Amino acid sequence: MNIYLDLFLSFAKVGVLTFGGGYAMLPILQREVAENKKWATEEELMDYYAIGQCTPGVIAVNTATFIGRKVKGLAGSILSTLGVVFPSLVIIIAIAAFVNNFADSPIVQNAFAGIRACVCVLILNAVVKLWKKAIVDKPTLLIFAIVFILSVFTNLSPVVYVILAAVAGIILKSLEAKK
Amino acid sequence: MIYLRLFFEFFKTGLFAVGGGMATIPFLYDLSDKTGWFTYDKLADMIAVSESTPGPIGVNMATFVGFTTAGIPGAICATLGLITPSVIIILIIARFLANFNDNKYVKSAFYTIRPASTALIAAAGVLVLKISLLNVDTFQQGGGILSLFDFKAIILAVIVYVLTNFVKPLKKLHPVVFIALSAVAGIVFKFAGA
Repeated sequence: MNIYLDLFLSFAKVGVLTFGGGYAMLPILQREVAENKKWATEEELMDYYAIGQCTPGVIAVNTATFIGRKVKGLAGSILSTLGVVFPSLVIIIAIAAFVNNFADSPIVQNAFAGIRACVCVLILNAVVKLWKKAIVDKPTLLIFAIVFILSVFTNLSPVVYVILAAVAGIILKSLEAKK
Repeated sequence: MIYLRLFFEFFKTGLFAVGGGMATIPFLYDLSDKTGWFTYDKLADMIAVSESTPGPIGVNMATFVGFTTAGIPGAICATLGLITPSVIIILIIARFLANFNDNKYVKSAFYTIRPASTALIAAAGVLVLKISLLNVDTFQQGGGILSLFDFKAIILAVIVYVLTNFVKPLKKLHPVVFIALSAVAGIVFKFAGA
């Protein structure tokens, strides 16, 4: 099969099977990319995934770009990335059309009122998981507290916090190094 | 032009949302504030659908918001906007991979970006909590302190919390299971009062 088509289809498969976010993706990538296609070793995959987690953007997309580039350069990275998002586009558009059409039905309204209560908890669980990796000492706890309070009570764009946090980190660490 | 605007807004989200799909949520609340394209309620529904369908959550949400705002072309523009910065950043990093993880400045920046990003997601969680577990409107219309709490929803949230954190065989279950059960509970107990 044409390698570009192969990349697109393999990552479309990963996209379909990634159910519930990037964290669910790793075992599927291991099987498809490392074992079946041998496009990358397990170690490379772990590295890509780790970098994908701490760089901006969607983890699944970041990882797909990495592997696509390794296999077939720029065109490979673009096709892998398009592959990974393609199933989402199709599935979500179908569901969105349905949900938006039936938004006024009592059943849909009641269902979503229940679902929203559940979403609260899922977000809380995600925060707890991230907390363990992100809040490691006093300065990081302080950053968390400041950003949390400011963003609950003001309407500043999240972009501002991310940039300021990056600057604060660089300053903090260079001060530490000087001591 | 709405398509360009969608592309640009999601480009920004893709560039600054660090830590996976959930990290895009604060940006979407910001977008709702700025544009009025969708309400907070609608956004919470979109998060639920994105969590319970195949595909990365961030991509699902971009598609959903894009589609709700401007149809199929909107869905495509929002999704392409979201992934473009990733592709560019990763291609740059891949060239210098050997040094990226060890780079002093990269390490220092992410040391503080991670807690900031976690805080942003937590703050977005507070917004979801406000619309799903509290009746701020009826309270402000003078309904008394008890009318502030949506007890049905709070009980359900506590049950889901306990099941997803403390009940061993259930902890590993996929979130879609809990979302589906919550939908059923919502219909049976008429959560929206509809």
